Amino acid sequence: MRARALPAPAGRAPRPRLLPAVPLLTVAMLTLPVGAGLLGTALPAIGVMPALGRIEPGFGPLRDLLAWPGLGAAARLSVTTGLAATALALAVTVAILASWSETRAFGVIRRALAPLLSVPHAAAAFGLAFLIAPSGWAMRALSPWATGLERPPDWLVVQDPWGVALTAGLVAKEVPFLLLMSIAALGQTDARRAVTVARSLGHGREAGWLRAVFPRLYAQIRLPVYVVLAYSMTVVDVAAILGPNTPPTLSVQIVRWMNDPDLALRLRAAAGAVVQLALVAGALALWRAGEAAVASLGRAWVRSGRRGPRGRWPAALSLALAGVVAGAVLAGLGVLALWSVAAFWSFPDAAPEALTLRSWARHGPELLRLLATTGAIAGLAALAALLLAVGCLEAETRHGLRIGRGGLWLLYAPLLVPQVAFLPGLQAAFLATGTTPGLAAVTAAHLVFVFPYVFLSLGDPWRAWDARLATAARSLGAGAEGVLWRVRLPMLLGPLLTAFAVGVAVSVGQYLPTLLVGGGRVATVTTEAVALAAGGDRRAIGVHALAQTGAALLPFALALTLPRLVWRNRRGMQDA
Amino acid sequence: MIRPLAAALAALPGLALAEPDPADWGAVLGTAEGQTVYWNAWGGSTATNEFIAWVGDRVAADHGVTVEHVKLADTADAVSRVLAEKTAGQDTGGAVDLIWINGENFAAMKEAGLLFGPFAEDLPNWRHVDTDGKPVRTDFTVPTEGYESPWAAAQVVFMYDSADMAPLPSMAALLDWAEANPGRFTYPQPPDFLGATFLKQALYGLVDDPDVLLRPADEADYAAVTAPLWDFVDDLTPHLWRQGRAYPQSGPRQIQLMADDEIDLAISFSPGEASAAIADFQLPDTVRTFVPEGGTIGNASFVAIPYNASARAGAMVVANFLLSPEAQARALDPEILGYGTVLDVAALPPADRARFEEVPLGVATLSPDELGPTLPEPHPSWMERIEADWIARFGTRD
Repeated sequence: MRARALPAPAGRAPRPRLLPAVPLLTVAMLTLPVGAGLLGTALPAIGVMPALGRIEPGFGPLRDLLAWPGLGAAARLSVTTGLAATALALAVTVAILASWSETRAFGVIRRALAPLLSVPHAAAAFGLAFLIAPSGWAMRALSPWATGLERPPDWLVVQDPWGVALTAGLVAKEVPFLLLMSIAALGQTDARRAVTVARSLGHGREAGWLRAVFPRLYAQIRLPVYVVLAYSMTVVDVAAILGPNTPPTLSVQIVRWMNDPDLALRLRAAAGAVVQLALVAGALALWRAGEAAVASLGRAWVRSGRRGPRGRWPAALSLALAGVVAGAVLAGLGVLALWSVAAFWSFPDAAPEALTLRSWARHGPELLRLLATTGAIAGLAALAALLLAVGCLEAETRHGLRIGRGGLWLLYAPLLVPQVAFLPGLQAAFLATGTTPGLAAVTAAHLVFVFPYVFLSLGDPWRAWDARLATAARSLGAGAEGVLWRVRLPMLLGPLLTAFAVGVAVSVGQYLPTLLVGGGRVATVTTEAVALAAGGDRRAIGVHALAQTGAALLPFALALTLPRLVWRNRRGMQDA
Repeated sequence: MIRPLAAALAALPGLALAEPDPADWGAVLGTAEGQTVYWNAWGGSTATNEFIAWVGDRVAADHGVTVEHVKLADTADAVSRVLAEKTAGQDTGGAVDLIWINGENFAAMKEAGLLFGPFAEDLPNWRHVDTDGKPVRTDFTVPTEGYESPWAAAQVVFMYDSADMAPLPSMAALLDWAEANPGRFTYPQPPDFLGATFLKQALYGLVDDPDVLLRPADEADYAAVTAPLWDFVDDLTPHLWRQGRAYPQSGPRQIQLMADDEIDLAISFSPGEASAAIADFQLPDTVRTFVPEGGTIGNASFVAIPYNASARAGAMVVANFLLSPEAQARALDPEILGYGTVLDVAALPPADRARFEEVPLGVATLSPDELGPTLPEPHPSWMERIEADWIARFGTRD
């Protein structure tokens, strides 16, 4: 990560110095909600919860947690599925990029990304579960003519105790995210020329890409990879649908304790959240150690000069992997679409008995109203986050003002602490400041979760931007403002739109912050979808999953197509 | 229980008018007009959501009260909100006005002083309630004392696919059937409420003297009383769906397994649920229900008002409307909800009685005679210990 501070323009009238204050402002703005959220987790974890009459701090909740018989298994499961999902998702992403970036086929992959990213995690998990379950679509399509089965077999495919289905579900959703981050970053890696040089030295396509481009790319997508790791370890909805439950992952168990009618279990849940945070920190440290090991192995491999495989099989393999990932998510969405119009549909029929628009007629009118609210909140929260992020990064560029390590941990804390344990404190902060529950409060709460994603999506590509262009622009007479608005931001159109789209998707996906901070006054597509999902009605789930996908689709589609359109006459920007 | 309320009133004497005496119903109606009631209720069922919307239309037409259904994935989310408000010292003007609440959440909220009341027995329609025949004055053996108002009666039944099996008279017969048909039965994973209910129902079928279950578990020889239950579950588990290595996480998920033909037998806490699910394409039309000999556990669904609710009067108007013969008869209809009534139908005026007689029973619903006797919920201490034991023995093995 290169941070280049440019000297402030000399000989100009001093302007209101707003920019240098932005990083401080951002941290200050987020300190109250995040701090309250952390406090709301930490205090119950040491046994302090005044609303329940608990005011004596102690180790009671921790002891209680340690006495829970499933703790070891639940913690192990969180770590193994999180690490495995992240490593596999990264491997598949790299395989696809190594073989296919810069090719015509990559255009197809790029176009498939927007819908893949827009499918909410829970909906993708629902779809996948229904595809691979013993009574799922795959078996229905093959039964009874091929399998001879009139009834579904009693196989433990979904919710297996090793978390294989859970890992697979996470990989299918995280590969598109990492690809998106990589595409946004590739523009700053000079990949085309690097690969050309590597190939002229006799390296195969994949070997050349891995040696010349991957190290530069990874430096830019490192933070998103960490987020994938933290997310995979703390995810609740996907783990509840695809993961085992005797015991479940630690994050799912924490939600169960939080939701238990016995209010005292909230203390145990808070202690669990602290342990979960420690697990995530430990896994991140382990991952960093792994990075160093891979880097030293990679350097040895580069120095060895071996040319690597030359055949077409790596390309075929990576295309197959891409197909499986895309197929799983899209087929899952297709299944949900089919359910949304299904009358009765049982095993072993490959299709419903009849098709009916009843579910759409039931939910349709309400959906339009919900979509408008969802879009307004998501658009505002993502835009605010983008402005703050650009302000922070520009202040860093111009004035060398970086948010310190402590500030960064604070900003990223909402991603690392289980949301269900974090929210009661956040909610108390909103209540204590006398905020009226409503759209504004919900948007502000969303910003707490949207900002870290936007900031880290944009941060690496921003810093990787070639600062010599700024020097060139300055030598042509542009001021700092001119460099920003006329060179830097236009060139970073791809990363900016990508960060905005990610922000919108994160906002669209929020259930608990919307419900709790909104006090039930604000209904979105997602509050409706999650409430209905609790009832397991696949028809209603199908309708709302499609609506959620639609809400996130437009920004992703723009992020993936607009830069290409705008820069179609700029050869050097074709990677953007 | 009245303490937080009194404190709130003392702090804000000007708002005393917003606090009508439930016994003065005219004043309640006057205050309620124009209020908006945020009813926090589980939103997982399209049928229930539509019923709540209909209730909203009716109370708006009759009393000028607007109902906003806050759809929850879990009642605990509403409890969280009230708890956070209490933490922040917001003792008036709360965001939640009415909660569809279950016995465990009620016990916890009542104990923590989070509920408004007593109000239920002052509601005008309370006079129709079957206080002798229906479990409306205790919830999980906790006396309701007017802090929650009933709106639907529930009783355990078993749903079975008549294309694959016949009714089973006892828990022993259930075990034999499961051994002969491995993988075709399961129950929601405790501490899910319905799964825990299955264990309690099994316990009722296996103990010699059911009376011990009504007293705290500490007063009985817990180990000896529950030994037959654990033998039964030990024997049953290897023959469960997925050999007991995975469980459905909720009642609705269990119904889905039945619709997918993964299982043939499932427990339900609503005698009309099967009929309603068939009407909604959620179960095959071969599903029927049965009750084992000796009766099944019964309870009621309630609504409660948080201590700091903004629209208490409006919430009471909604609770009262839910007890009207019109609403109760509509909820009974399997095409609408299929929920049992808490009213004493025989004592209603003829015109109201006729509303109930017109409702079809539903293809899979047992008549009141066939449903048999209702067993009271065991003392909550049994449920707590049985849940904890189940989790240690079966819920954390892998």
